Amino acid sequence: MNNHDKMWKDLGLDVVLHKELLKSIDQTFKQTVGAQNQRPDTMLYFDNVLHKSHGGRVAELIEARGAGKKFVGTFCIYVPDEIAMAADAIPVALCGGTQFSIPYGERMFPRNICPLIKSTFGMALSKTCPYGPIKDLGVGETTCDAKKKAWDVVNFHVMEVPQKKGDLDFRLWRQAVVNFKNKIEELTGNKVAAHRLAETINIMNEKRRALQKLNEYRKLDPPPISGLDALVVMQAALNDEPVRFTEHLNKLNGELDDRVKRGVSPFRKGVKRIMISGCPSVMGNWKVHSLIEKSDAAIVVDETCTGTRYFSNLVDDGTEDLEKQLNALAERYMKIDCACFSPNNERMESIEKITNEHTVDGVVQYILQYCHGYNVEAIRVTGILNKRKIPNIKIETDYAEEDMGQLRTRIDAFLEQIG
Amino acid sequence: MENNEVVDYEITDTGVDPLSNVLKMLKHKEHDNVVATGYGRYLARMHLRCPIITEIKAYAIGANFLFPECRTVLDIGGQDSKIIRIKDGKVQDFEMNDKCAAGTGKFLEVMATTLGFTLDEFSSISSLAEKAVPISSMCTVFAESEIVSLISSGADRKNIALGLHQSILNRIIALMGRIGFEEPIVFAGGVAKNQCMASLLRAKLRMKVLSPAEPQIVGAIGSALAAKQEKASNLKDS
Repeated sequence: MNNHDKMWKDLGLDVVLHKELLKSIDQTFKQTVGAQNQRPDTMLYFDNVLHKSHGGRVAELIEARGAGKKFVGTFCIYVPDEIAMAADAIPVALCGGTQFSIPYGERMFPRNICPLIKSTFGMALSKTCPYGPIKDLGVGETTCDAKKKAWDVVNFHVMEVPQKKGDLDFRLWRQAVVNFKNKIEELTGNKVAAHRLAETINIMNEKRRALQKLNEYRKLDPPPISGLDALVVMQAALNDEPVRFTEHLNKLNGELDDRVKRGVSPFRKGVKRIMISGCPSVMGNWKVHSLIEKSDAAIVVDETCTGTRYFSNLVDDGTEDLEKQLNALAERYMKIDCACFSPNNERMESIEKITNEHTVDGVVQYILQYCHGYNVEAIRVTGILNKRKIPNIKIETDYAEEDMGQLRTRIDAFLEQIG
Repeated sequence: MENNEVVDYEITDTGVDPLSNVLKMLKHKEHDNVVATGYGRYLARMHLRCPIITEIKAYAIGANFLFPECRTVLDIGGQDSKIIRIKDGKVQDFEMNDKCAAGTGKFLEVMATTLGFTLDEFSSISSLAEKAVPISSMCTVFAESEIVSLISSGADRKNIALGLHQSILNRIIALMGRIGFEEPIVFAGGVAKNQCMASLLRAKLRMKVLSPAEPQIVGAIGSALAAKQEKASNLKDS
């Protein structure tokens, strides 16, 4: 990483503190992801995506900007990458998953908002985020109060995600998609042309198909890949160049196919099958996944924003008419069943379907501390799971390690309960 | 344990070197089998190569052994509080307090010191206090400063102590409400030795509350019974 020192310095980062940040993330990575056995060889690529996220990937973006491209920092999975890419902009998700930067975030933001926001802004405030200085546009959304007010502070472009799912709401959202397109066109000076959009829709659909395929392997007993590794792949998906990412994911899927044939898995047959449901675990955050799988259980699906919510549903690619394409995009992204919607019946239906398809033995509702949407929606989710007699537990936690002992007790007791 | 009876037990502080404490204790005790539980269970397993169970399971087994009719276990220990609903000796559902230390034995210990009571004095406070002073803060740090201001405003420390017990109890009962508990309730863990807390709990719930003779070893009894079963079925180390 040393060869990036100059780059970090030129970006105005606090190089010393930034090194401490990387060290801290690397240490957590080694204790969690790195401590696993029987990992697929292809995982090396995705590990490297994470390792290069502050180095090589940033250098790549700087080079692309030098060639006239614009870099768009996005938050949340509602921002349609297809549109940005069609205008030759490069979207990268910038959510923070490390405890290290939270105290810096708390210097400006209230303590009682979610760790994802505090971690993200903490990196910017402590001059340890290499993306901030090079971003040409930040795009946020309105999925929660803390985020939408945070975008105000930093002057982001905000896409309004509606709170209900009626006709009126869809029209509002479709307009938000159009406004985003206009904003991107203004930023890049390029028009979003239908033929280019058709290409980028195809690129993103291919990426989703590959992620869906990976998800299929996790339905097997035993799954050929750990939940923690599947999470690493998802975290890489939010950072990497999509075509390259898909190419490597297809390689991983090929390896998994081979592992299934040879009976290779990190787990024994009959291992307890757990679904994670709720909030995202972004880069740097491997806490709960690692705890569960260290206790002799397998996470077989993530019903989260770093899971099914990200790759379910493709964009209808049957048209090269711009208006129809924008419609198809608005429709696909509106199907994301975030807890910001009321009512959110689609998520309940999806949970029933996923628990069936993945033959789940138990569900861990993972709630990032102070995420009121998922925390309150947990009541309804619990009701549905209880009705179907699926053991479930709700865990509300942040990125800090101080509650690891207690969490371990709760997770172990939950697994004992499953029997 | 021998023939389903406790023949010997010892309670010691976890201290700063729990492993040495455990090894020292085990050295003088005849035993066929060991099962470790509690926060230090992984540490114990690493050195003793013994099976482990969570304290949730241990308390369920222990309480069921002492009181076969028991349906709910309330355990307020040093680190956390737990409510366990059991049926036929098995854990049906459980809840634990969240991150903060409030509502635990540690919190009571800190507060007793702040008010200048020994733990024994503190636990019999309900009979001496006239009227509880309500305490709103549930965080150890904030409650301490709230108490300091109450003392400075001239409030009787006995009444403050009673108020503290009540506010902890309210928090515990809210936690219990999450899992739909049934009586009889076995009250275990170190805080069950606190008479004030036990009598407040009975008065507030108006349910049958059973107190083990030694509430601190319910988990140890559960582990011993698990060790016995372990030996019988010769299960592999989990």
